[in-house]
Amino acid sequence: MYKKVLLAVDGSDHSIRAAKQAVKIAAPSPDAQVTIVFVADHANAKNEVLHSGSSMELDLKRRKKIQPIEETLAAGQVKYKVEILHGTPGPAIVEYANKEKFDILIIGSRGLNGLQEMVLGSVSHKVVKRANCPVLIVK
Amino acid sequence: MLKKIKAEWFSNVRGDVLAGIVVALALIPEAIAFSIIAGVDPMVGLYASFLISVIIAFIGGRPGMISAATGAMALLMVPLVRDHGVEYLLAATILTGVIQVLFGVFKVAKVMKFIPRAVMIGFVNALAILIFMAQVPHFVGINNTTYIFVAITLAIVYIVPRFLKSVPAPLIALVLLTAVAIYSGFELRTVGDLGAITKSLPSFLIPDVPFSIETIMIVLPYSLALAIVGLLESLLTASIVDDMTGTGSDKNKESRGQGIANFVTGFFGGMAGCAMIGQSVINIKSGGRGRLSTLVSGVFLIFLIIVLGDLVVQIPMPVLVGIMIMVAIGTFDWSSFTYLKKAPRTDAAVMVLTVLIVVYTHDLSIGVIAGVLLSAIFFVAKISKIEVKKRMENATPRYSVEGQLFFASVEDFLEKFDYSIENENVIIDFTDAHVWDDSGVGAIDRVVLKFKENGNEVILEGLDSGSKKLVDKLAIFNSKNAKLPTH
Repeated sequence: MYKKVLLAVDGSDHSIRAAKQAVKIAAPSPDAQVTIVFVADHANAKNEVLHSGSSMELDLKRRKKIQPIEETLAAGQVKYKVEILHGTPGPAIVEYANKEKFDILIIGSRGLNGLQEMVLGSVSHKVVKRANCPVLIVK
Repeated sequence: MLKKIKAEWFSNVRGDVLAGIVVALALIPEAIAFSIIAGVDPMVGLYASFLISVIIAFIGGRPGMISAATGAMALLMVPLVRDHGVEYLLAATILTGVIQVLFGVFKVAKVMKFIPRAVMIGFVNALAILIFMAQVPHFVGINNTTYIFVAITLAIVYIVPRFLKSVPAPLIALVLLTAVAIYSGFELRTVGDLGAITKSLPSFLIPDVPFSIETIMIVLPYSLALAIVGLLESLLTASIVDDMTGTGSDKNKESRGQGIANFVTGFFGGMAGCAMIGQSVINIKSGGRGRLSTLVSGVFLIFLIIVLGDLVVQIPMPVLVGIMIMVAIGTFDWSSFTYLKKAPRTDAAVMVLTVLIVVYTHDLSIGVIAGVLLSAIFFVAKISKIEVKKRMENATPRYSVEGQLFFASVEDFLEKFDYSIENENVIIDFTDAHVWDDSGVGAIDRVVLKFKENGNEVILEGLDSGSKKLVDKLAIFNSKNAKLPTH
């Protein structure tokens, strides 16, 4: 049974789909806990700070992005906690996953085309390549 | 204490040293370009970047933040340098330091929260536009080689980072294109045409200006503007670094630190500077977290200048122009366009006006002050809308007041009542209102006394405790001889 489940999210529809799978994986074992991890991207820091009145307001904005995911897990009656990291999404998720030794890592795939992937880089690919635990990519 | 020093200095040595080196490499072209904007020798900006980094490393309030010579500050100095020369700029830098230390002592950082978001967005956009505009004379209408070099620089700084992240792309452009320019003999203007590089450490000097009231009156307006703008950008940068690292910082200590850094820099031939958003972001992204990264950036920068000074003068201007165009594009807040559509109309107006005022006056501090005043006026106008609803209750009129009663809303308030009735009991309900000042209380006095003139009795209901205290203290309508004021 999976006990320590890591769910990496960005607040998009893809991450809600990933959350639904996380429920399926965690629900069968009563002592499983899902850690929802959200990365505040360094690349957006300037923009986000500039557009929020205070650090409190910014924190609230990020929490709001995670809310639908929290709701999905709560509805599935799964124990969860939220962790907000700061960094570049791919490496930050990998570093956290490897440090905390999770049983499984679940992440949504954005479904980019070839060109977008070349320019933006695929977070889920990077995670699969470097994480030391099993990874489930949800399409 | 020792533990704190250890944590702030030596908890991330490898990351800090590497990031510091990367930042130093990225700082050099900017320090030179900002000196050229200000109209002084490149050394003035390079010394400033060296001194400010080193001093801030020890006494700043935000570990991991990079401070040096900046575009915002350089732009403010232009008229001072043009009209009075560099010695006056050094004097202004010293005075800027004094003012910023005072800001720190009197905890002005707290006042920062009164600067609305719209003004801050306008500030960075105006800064970006001014940095771009300052480049125009260096590349428009010189020759075709210049255009080509600018274009190649831009291509390098935007394409190379996609494949190579460890070396700052501007540096690659700088080294590569300087080499091309030297060996090809293209006709290009170089840094050497605009100033000299001295391969030595800065030394102590007292600015060569007359010590008089007149001197102070010349530099004071510039120093004030520099102090405000420097603090504004430093505190914004500190908030960004706070967010990127998920840690807090001491904003008043930072303000004091910026002040001391500028004060000292002025005595060593450097121009006033402040924290840099772009460089701080580079530092954090490259793994810098502690004070060591800031120190390394400054020390490595001056080391490079002393060793490679002869090459620095050969840097072609179009390469610096390309790098500065990148800085301008990176500084501009591109989400402003969605902001204009989504934000309340008044906020959008404040943002645009802040930008326009800065671009027109070429002075960031005037734009910020005008933006703050404008937002304050819009805010007062917004909350001064007061509603008074009249309802008949068993033939007694009952007025319900809704909103804020203060100097800006009293006139509307007074017009909302029908004073023609006689010999009635009038009830005024303040449940959904708040009285803020003596003008508000005065307005209540006028209304009550006007009703009383026609033999009506007035009952005030539902005043909340704050309003009631004010009314009890200031109102006169209950005293027997009270008359309607004639004014």
